[in-house]
Amino acid sequence: MSTARLTGAQTVGPFFHPALLREDARRNVLVQPETEGERIRIEGCVYDGDGVPVPDAMVEIWQANHYGRHRHPLDQRPLPLDPTFIGFGRCGTDDAGRYWFETIKPGPVSFDGERSQAPHICVLVFARGLLNHLVTRLYFADEPANAADPVLQRVPPERRETLIAQRAVVDGAVVYRFDIVLQGDGETVFFNI
Amino acid sequence: MSWKGTAVESTTIGTIIRGDREVFPPYLYAAYRASNRRSPNLPLIEVPLTLSELTGPGPAISEVTPEDADLTRNAGTGGEAIGQRIIVTGRVLDEHGRPVPNTLVEIWQANAAGRYLHRNDHWPAPLDPNFLGIGRCLTDEHGVYRFLSIRPGAYPWRNHPNAWRPSHIHFSLFGPSLASRLITQMYFPDDPLHALDPIMNAVPEPARSRLIATYAHDVTEPEWALGYRWDIVLRGPQATPFEEPEGEVR
Ligand SMILES: [Fe+2]
Repeated sequence: MSTARLTGAQTVGPFFHPALLREDARRNVLVQPETEGERIRIEGCVYDGDGVPVPDAMVEIWQANHYGRHRHPLDQRPLPLDPTFIGFGRCGTDDAGRYWFETIKPGPVSFDGERSQAPHICVLVFARGLLNHLVTRLYFADEPANAADPVLQRVPPERRETLIAQRAVVDGAVVYRFDIVLQGDGETVFFNI
Repeated sequence: MSWKGTAVESTTIGTIIRGDREVFPPYLYAAYRASNRRSPNLPLIEVPLTLSELTGPGPAISEVTPEDADLTRNAGTGGEAIGQRIIVTGRVLDEHGRPVPNTLVEIWQANAAGRYLHRNDHWPAPLDPNFLGIGRCLTDEHGVYRFLSIRPGAYPWRNHPNAWRPSHIHFSLFGPSLASRLITQMYFPDDPLHALDPIMNAVPEPARSRLIATYAHDVTEPEWALGYRWDIVLRGPQATPFEEPEGEVR
């Protein structure tokens, strides 16, 4: 099938905030009090090739629920949907390049008939200077299933660390730290997807 | 026309591209200065689309009101934006040419003088108190979106000496899956600034020309507004085991 008629991407530019981060379009908090699953906070910083924080980026996340099911018509697996959880987040970076989300740790997601994927969160990065958005994934440092994850296995071993969010407990809350390096030392792995 | 000595005449074009190389821009396009320190150096990792990317937030994100699609009045001041009134409409399609219904389209643009209502836009062009420059709507059952707005002005930026962005409207779409997520810009026909703009030129031809809307006299409303038509084709996964043959993937 020809894909010649696709529409090309253009940078989000510097002026997207009033449209994409208006109050009802900002989605830092993905959970409600009744949402099932382990509460986690994700936080990190976006850096450019000089190691300078990027203050005008936007990070979007997409994830399965506690049971590993997506809120989407293509995911018809016999797993529970959580009516209080969509699984989509959107956050602009602040003046120090920081972003954060409050969500739950997702369950594992099937890869093919036999294998499943380790719990993970899809991450999209938009910014002035990025002509097309970047696509990466967040995995959890304390997750034994990482070792057999079919996507992580395609990443050169020495670069896998850039996809692993480190766990900490801060004031009793579980925080996973996931910095995103657009270029250079410690450059995050990005996918052609 | 001649554009010798401009930013796009000869530039370093990177080889790291996500998606179809004939359609999508490289991350590094040196004439677009901001790309130099924000583009990855290392090759993208090839992975198959999994259920995580074949699904996506699009079907679940749908909050709009009818007023959101009228940028000439949605500032809520009771006044009307100043400028050439325009209607921008078109279809959102997947790569099979099927309409994408009920999908959110978010747009933002400069005012008629070329200025954004944004804390980082300081150039001395007037703000319009009746214009926010933001809008959104859902596509209908035929994949059609429609906005009423005013034609945005060109604006200067500091990418290179005497740099001006051509008139454009920013578009953000989810589509049916995470793989169809797209942020892009729509341009207006017959603009001499196109050839000088490194952002637009980072998309190779003929995909570059597809970023330009067409003047559509059948969309133009008498004694009211000029019409422009612009269709958007989103990446979509090929048929998958999860997709029903007749399936409306929404
Ligand atoms: Fe713009």
